[in-house]
Amino acid sequence: MITSRLSHSPPTLNLSEVSVYYGQKMAISQVSLTIPSGKISVLVGPSGCGKSSLLASINRMTDLTPNCRVSGKIHIDQQNILHPSTSLMHLRRQVGMVFQQPNPFPLSIEDNIRFPLKEHGQKDPKQVQKITQKVLEDVGLWKEVSQRLKTPALQLSGGQQQRLCIARCLALSPDVLLFDEPCSALDPLATQKIETLIRQLRGRYTILMVTHNLSQARRLADYVAVCWTEESGAGCVVESGDNQRIFEHSVHPITRSFCQGVDGATKDSPI
Amino acid sequence: MAIDLWLPRILQLCAWLCAAIIIAIMTFLLLESLPLIIESGFWSFFQLQAWQPEENRFPLLAMLIGSLLVASGAMLIATPLGIAAAIFGRYYAPTPLAIAYRGLMELLAGIPSVVFGFWGLTILVPWIAHWSPPGASILAGILVLTLMILPLVVLTCDAALLKVPPQYLHGATALGLSRWGTIRHISLPTAFPAIASGIVLQMGRALGETMAVLMVCGNVIQLPDSWFSPVRTLTANIALEMSYAMDNHRAALFASGLLLLLSATALMLLADHYRQKNCVQY
Amino acid sequence: MRPLFWLTALLGAVVPLLMLWDIIANGLPGLSIEFLSQPPTDTGRSGGILPILFATVWILAICLSVTLPLGLGCAIYLSEYIDSHSSAARWIGLSLDILASTPSIIFGLFGYALFAIYLNFGFSLLSGGLSLACMVLPLFIRTTEHALRACPIHYRQAASALNIRQSGFILRILLPISGTGIAVALILSSGRALAETAVLIFTAGYVSRQPDSVFDSGRTLSVHIYDLSMNVPGGQQNAAASALVLVLLIMLINSTARLLARRYISYDQTPL
Repeated sequence: MITSRLSHSPPTLNLSEVSVYYGQKMAISQVSLTIPSGKISVLVGPSGCGKSSLLASINRMTDLTPNCRVSGKIHIDQQNILHPSTSLMHLRRQVGMVFQQPNPFPLSIEDNIRFPLKEHGQKDPKQVQKITQKVLEDVGLWKEVSQRLKTPALQLSGGQQQRLCIARCLALSPDVLLFDEPCSALDPLATQKIETLIRQLRGRYTILMVTHNLSQARRLADYVAVCWTEESGAGCVVESGDNQRIFEHSVHPITRSFCQGVDGATKDSPI
Repeated sequence: MAIDLWLPRILQLCAWLCAAIIIAIMTFLLLESLPLIIESGFWSFFQLQAWQPEENRFPLLAMLIGSLLVASGAMLIATPLGIAAAIFGRYYAPTPLAIAYRGLMELLAGIPSVVFGFWGLTILVPWIAHWSPPGASILAGILVLTLMILPLVVLTCDAALLKVPPQYLHGATALGLSRWGTIRHISLPTAFPAIASGIVLQMGRALGETMAVLMVCGNVIQLPDSWFSPVRTLTANIALEMSYAMDNHRAALFASGLLLLLSATALMLLADHYRQKNCVQY
Repeated sequence: MRPLFWLTALLGAVVPLLMLWDIIANGLPGLSIEFLSQPPTDTGRSGGILPILFATVWILAICLSVTLPLGLGCAIYLSEYIDSHSSAARWIGLSLDILASTPSIIFGLFGYALFAIYLNFGFSLLSGGLSLACMVLPLFIRTTEHALRACPIHYRQAASALNIRQSGFILRILLPISGTGIAVALILSSGRALAETAVLIFTAGYVSRQPDSVFDSGRTLSVHIYDLSMNVPGGQQNAAASALVLVLLIMLINSTARLLARRYISYDQTPL
C-alpha cells in the first residue's frame, strides 16, 4: 500500500499499546505515544529499557531478529504498519534509519547513494547526480567531498561517515527519520555537526531519536518521552510531553529524578 | 627451575622438526629425480610423445593435460554451484534448513576419496558406458571430482559470507533494498577475496587428488579427443607404476611428484595472496 | 533469483545424497557380525575384514602417537613462545601451509623413499603410520594452535600478575583448559588419516592377513576397498560393505569432533 503523498507535511506517528517481545521476555510494554508531525521527538532513558527496540519496531527492523514479536498498532498517518500486508520495501523507503555505528557500504561515496536509488528504481544518471549533490549539500558534506566522490566511503572520518549515512537515507525522500543514538560513537565536534544537521531537518521530516545523553535531548527535542525499566524487567514509557514541561515541570517522580538530576532514581521509587 | 630451561628447547625442536618435513620431502623428491633431469634435460618431460619406460622416455605432458582437464572441469562446475549453495544457506534458507544443509556438507567433506572412486567405478562409469563405452573417462573423473570438491567449496564460501560485516546488511535492510541486490552489490564483492582464496585452494586439492580419478578415468596415457576418452592423471600414474618402477622409471615418477608439489605450492601461495588482500581495509 | 538458489542448493544436496544412498544400499547386505569378525578369504571376495580392522587401528595408533607429541610441541611453541608476526612464526607457518596443500600421493612417495627404503622399515605398519603422521601434522597443529589461543585472556593475565612460570602456566592451566580443543584436533586428524589411501599403498603395503608386528605389512579399510574394487573381479560386494563400514566410522568420528567444539574449526583457514 503506497501512502498518498498529496500533502507536503510529514506524517504523524501513533503508537497504540505497542509491546516488543524477544521470545518470552518483554523488552518494552504497552507503549502509547503520539509523535507529532515535523517535530523532533526524543526517547530518553537508561540503557536496557527497550528504547532501541521500540525504535526498531517502527521500520520493522525487529522482523530481522528471529524470536522478536511486536504487538499493538503503529500508525503512520492512517496506516498500521504492523499489519502483515504492509510492503516492507515501501515502509523502509518512507522511514529512514540512522544507526549508532556509522555503516556506509564498502563502496565509493557516490555509489553509497547511487546504489539504494538504483535499487528503488531511480536509474537516470542525471537525476541520480542531482539527488546526490542535493543530499550531500543538505548534510553539509558536499564541499568536503565533491572532489573525491569516487573514493571509498570507508576512508571518511567517523563524523563524515555518519553524515553520509544520513544523506543516504535522505536520498530516498523519506517522511520519517529514526536516529538510534547517532552521536554516541562520535567525538564532540562531530556530534555538534550532526546535532546542527538534525535541527535543520526539522519541519521537513518527522524525527524520532533515541539517546541516553540528556543534554542532547534538552538541546534538540521538541517532544520528549521518558522510558524506564519496570520491576518486571520490561521497559515502559513513564511520561511524555514537550521539552520544557518534561525538563522543568515534570509530574512523575522518575522523570523528576532522572531528567532534573535530583539524586538518582532508585528501584524503590513508586511508578 | 630446570624445566624452564629444557621445555622451551624441546618445544622449539618440535616446531622446527615439523617445519623441516616439507624440506625433507622436497629434498627427497629432488634427490631421486635429479639424475634423470640432468640426464634427459628438463624439457624432455614436457614432450607429447608416448610414455615408454622401457625406451627411457618419460614425457609427462599428456598426463599433465589430463590432470589439468579433470581438475579444471570439476572446478568449473563446482564453483558456481558451490557459491550459489552457500548464498542459499546464508541468505535464503530458513535457519533450521541452513544448519542441516551445512551439517550435510560437513559430513560429505569427510568422506574418503576411495569411496567416491568406488561409487564412480560401480555406478557412474557403467552409466556413462551406456552412452559411450568404455565409460571410464574424463567425464567420469570430472563428475566424481566435482562431487568431492563441492562440499568444501560450499563451506569455504559460507565462511567467507559469514565474515561480511552485519552492519552493511542492516544498513541495506533499513534502506529497503532487495535481498539479491544486497548480495550482488555488497556481500559478494566484500567476500570475494576470501571466496577466491578458497577456490584456488580447492583447485590445488583437485589437482592433487589421486584415488578417485585413478578409479574412474580409465588410465590410458593419451591426449583425450573427447569427453568420453580415458585419460591418466599425473597422480594416478605415480600410484599405478610406483610399485614396479626401477631406476630411471622411478626417477621419472619422483620428477612428476616434484612437478605436482610445485604446482600445489604455487596455487597455495596464490590463495594466500588473495587471503591477505582480504585483510587490508581500504 | 530465489528459485534459482533453491534449485542449485537442491542439486548440490540431492546428488551426494543419492550417492550415499547407493553406498548404504549396496553395502548393507554384506554387513554382518561375521563380516566384522572374520578374516578375508578368497583374496577378499568372501570372509570379513577383521585383520584389516586391526591393521587400521594399529596404523592410526602409530600415526597419532607421533602426531600428538610433535604437533602439540609445535603448537605450544607457536602459540606461547614466539610472536605471531616474527619471522620464525612466518617461516614455520609457511612450511606447514605448504605441507597442508601437498597432494597425498607425495606423502606416499616420501614415505616410501624415507621410511621404507632409506630407514629400511620396508612395507610396514610403521612406514604407513609415520607417513600418515607427516600428512596430518599441519591439520593437527593448526587446530591445536587455535584451541590454545582461545584460552581466555584473563587466565594469562592472572598468571602473569602472580608471576607464575611459563612452564607452570602451560602444564597446569593452559593444557587442561585446552583439553577439549586438543581432543578435537586429534579426532579430526584421525578422520583425515582414516580416509587416506594413496599414502599407504606403497608404505604399508597390501597384505591382507593379520600383521605380526609394527614392522609387518598390513592394509587399512581404505586400501582394502581400493584393492577389492580395482584388482579383484567379483570383490565388489565386500568392497561395498567395507565402504559402508568406513563411511560410518568416519561420520562417527567427524560428528564427534564437530559436536565437541564448533569454535575450534574454521573453514577459511584449514584446507581440510
